[in-house]
Amino acid sequence: MESRFRLVAMAISAILIVYACSPTASPSPAGSAPAASAPVVSAPPAGGSPAASAGAVRFDGVTVNLLTFDGPQIAEPLQRRAPDFKELTGATINVNAVGFQDIYDQALLDMSTGQNSFDAFVFDPQWMGDFVGPGYLEDLSSRVTSDATLDWDDIGPFFRDFNATYGGKVYTIPLDGDFHMVYYRSDLIDKPPTTWDEYLSVAEQFNGQDLNGDGEPDYGSCIAKKKGQQSYWWIISVAGGLLQNQGTGQGAFFNTDNMDPLVNNDAFKKALETYKATMEFGPPDEINLGVGDTRGLFDTGRCALSMDWGDIGTLALDPATSTVQDKVGAVITPGWKETLDRASGKLVPCDTTTCPDAIDGVNYAPYASFGGWSGAINAAADQAKKDAAFAFLSYMSAPAQSGEDVTLGKTGFNPYRTSHFENREPWTAVGMSQAAQDNYLGAIKSSLENPNMVLDMRIPKTKEYQQDVLDTAVSQYLADELSVEETMQQITDGWNQITDQVGRDAQLQAYQDSLGVQR
Amino acid sequence: MASSDNSIDLEEPRGAVSEGAARGTSLPRRAFHYVGGWRSDAAARWTFIWPSVILVLFLSIFPLFASLTLAFGRLVFQRGSVEVDFVGLSNFTTLLIGTEQSHILGVAKTPSPFGWLLLIVVVALVARALVRSLRSGRVGVGGAIARVAGALFAVGLAWLVARTMLGEGGRPGALVVTLFYVFAGITVTYFLGLGLAILAVQPLPGRRVFRIVFLLPLTITPIGVGYMFRMMTDTSKGPLEPLFSALGLTGYTWVTDPWAARIAVVIGDAWQWTPFVFIVLLAALEGLDQEVREAAFVDGASKWRTFRHITWPAILPVSVTIILIRMIEGFKIVDMPNILTGGGPGTATQSLTLEAYIDWRSLNLGSSAAIAYILLIMVTVIASAYIAWTRRWVERA
Repeated sequence: MESRFRLVAMAISAILIVYACSPTASPSPAGSAPAASAPVVSAPPAGGSPAASAGAVRFDGVTVNLLTFDGPQIAEPLQRRAPDFKELTGATINVNAVGFQDIYDQALLDMSTGQNSFDAFVFDPQWMGDFVGPGYLEDLSSRVTSDATLDWDDIGPFFRDFNATYGGKVYTIPLDGDFHMVYYRSDLIDKPPTTWDEYLSVAEQFNGQDLNGDGEPDYGSCIAKKKGQQSYWWIISVAGGLLQNQGTGQGAFFNTDNMDPLVNNDAFKKALETYKATMEFGPPDEINLGVGDTRGLFDTGRCALSMDWGDIGTLALDPATSTVQDKVGAVITPGWKETLDRASGKLVPCDTTTCPDAIDGVNYAPYASFGGWSGAINAAADQAKKDAAFAFLSYMSAPAQSGEDVTLGKTGFNPYRTSHFENREPWTAVGMSQAAQDNYLGAIKSSLENPNMVLDMRIPKTKEYQQDVLDTAVSQYLADELSVEETMQQITDGWNQITDQVGRDAQLQAYQDSLGVQR
Repeated sequence: MASSDNSIDLEEPRGAVSEGAARGTSLPRRAFHYVGGWRSDAAARWTFIWPSVILVLFLSIFPLFASLTLAFGRLVFQRGSVEVDFVGLSNFTTLLIGTEQSHILGVAKTPSPFGWLLLIVVVALVARALVRSLRSGRVGVGGAIARVAGALFAVGLAWLVARTMLGEGGRPGALVVTLFYVFAGITVTYFLGLGLAILAVQPLPGRRVFRIVFLLPLTITPIGVGYMFRMMTDTSKGPLEPLFSALGLTGYTWVTDPWAARIAVVIGDAWQWTPFVFIVLLAALEGLDQEVREAAFVDGASKWRTFRHITWPAILPVSVTIILIRMIEGFKIVDMPNILTGGGPGTATQSLTLEAYIDWRSLNLGSSAAIAYILLIMVTVIASAYIAWTRRWVERA
């Protein structure tokens, strides 16, 4: 018996010794720990050593575990700039990069089970509906406005008020500006499409022609339609102008009175049919192409048109991978000359009443799909880690760093600050001509300034609504497994089931809140 | 804790008992004697057996019950905790008769003539086997109930296959697609593996090199195989593009046609697992008594008759085991359809495990666990029926 006690005592002692010696055990920053107030990290001067910067708060010995997407975009700028940040502040940033589908699970399980192995996240702001409710994320409202490095007011109002904000409080720092645009070959197409009918006409015109001089027939349109990836967003871009016509606050996913899905109507039917029609002018295996595949096809000159986030504009600049440098134009996502009358569920022509924001009779509704990669902080992290994490996110978003990152295709980050549009030096430095800058940044600006922009869904269970129900039904429709009516019914039933499981009133309130923050 | 006498009774080896009985002496039944303190036999039992038992309980039994709890629940995330709300059979009803029915069971239509034929053949075979089994007199009440349940299960599956896969306008769900992967995959891998094994035992030049080459696919991770086949099946820009181009297939794509996509998955799976069948059958073939075969040849038996009556009965037990392992493994297929097609086009290549994985990815763990239990029941019934069915063959061989 005595031996047994001795053994147990030795085992407990060994565990305590190992734990005490662990490098992760309660690190504390050297010197005085930063207070709860926002730390200020001065950005290094352009081209200079980060260490040359003065006034930076030190976080020596603090290690921040950050979870993000393994892209390799998104993780790239974080990993590239982490050593600079360490030199500047002494904080170590461990960037843990995982697959897109795994970020949500890992973040949610980590925080809900109390493991809290991640101190910060760079993820999809759409998931805030699931994360803010249980109190997983740190409220950054006071920090963002008092941090000089971040220059909060330089961030576009849309990203500040929608992407970063939930229920009136700021929970994330934008690092990326995301919405869909249509790209076209400016050397082939003089007048880019303004409506989806024109999109199909242009695609048909160029489909089968040799667009890159290799003697092979190429494609009129390339849109990534692979199931299980990011493809479920495109259908909302096609449907946006048909579904939403009274400004952003009207919403494009649910009826804001009763949470009924805006799916089983003539507008969504027409959008589905148009979306499927683009396949006639695309690669034969378009249904199995991810966004990386279509970007590769467009950059090698094989597509006349494509729909994408801001990435094609910068990826097309890379001489190592692109054969269409300075041959790429961008334009606001096409709209429609008719729109949905929600009372009857039928389509009606656009006029000053039905489409008050229409331009030349076309109702545009650019879709802020995804919204842009954003940084957030685990509310359960140690105070020192929270401070260091905020300082790092602020450093990444600061104009000096982000101004360069948004011009590089390898980062996956797109413009979201006023300075990104006004400071053209970084754009010129990466080889974008003045005309291309005007075109690309002009398309982004016209989308951002459109009062009828479609806000992405951002309520609890958003992932199930979109990535499971919508993605599955749309992919089944594209594969001819479902008719258009069956597709609409399947989405409606699936969305209603999730809504009822969570609670219709709670979901309605969340949806209204997400739209209400828009100014 | 340890028993009072700190000893352990173990059965003696049969030989020792017989020897003792022959000598007319009474040997003690204790294999070991009390030594004392913590070095006693009882302490040894506690030290060596219970950790293993506890480990097995934690690794197998506990997750089984935990997942059963999940199958009847829904996760609710809260700060610092995850609660499981009891929802009864809701997860199962959603899958089998609710909004997910078309994905799991498929869309049933009137069977085609071939579908009716399949259904009639299966019903006839099952009825014949059931009647013979019940008439044999060797089956007790429990066995009879199990056999009737198994027969109904088999007819139900055949009915599902006939109405979804072979129904005009029907669409197979993940359950039937999984069955297709299992049976098509086993057929291809077994006959290909057997053929290669027979070739590799021949005294051919360079056979050692070929044995190693044949084994290589088994060493590659399934995800790697998925990406490799994704490249190889790309007719427009993959490494085999010149071959497809020469055959006039540049504009063709495997992944837009449901059956072509399913066949591509089976080909990839067979490529990966044929080496496993090959290596086991090769060992079985090399273990055969060559003198018997040579005697048969001397007696004028043809190669086919020698294979049929000597080689085949000898490798039958190994074959039955391989097929059982491949069957259980095949039901869990997920990497190949996930990487190769993402479960598409539409849901055409989604297996039950991929369905469970998709639910799990959305943290819909209740539905994921429910699918896992449906799969568990199916694998258990089919594997049990297979063992009962093949036992007679093996005994006869």
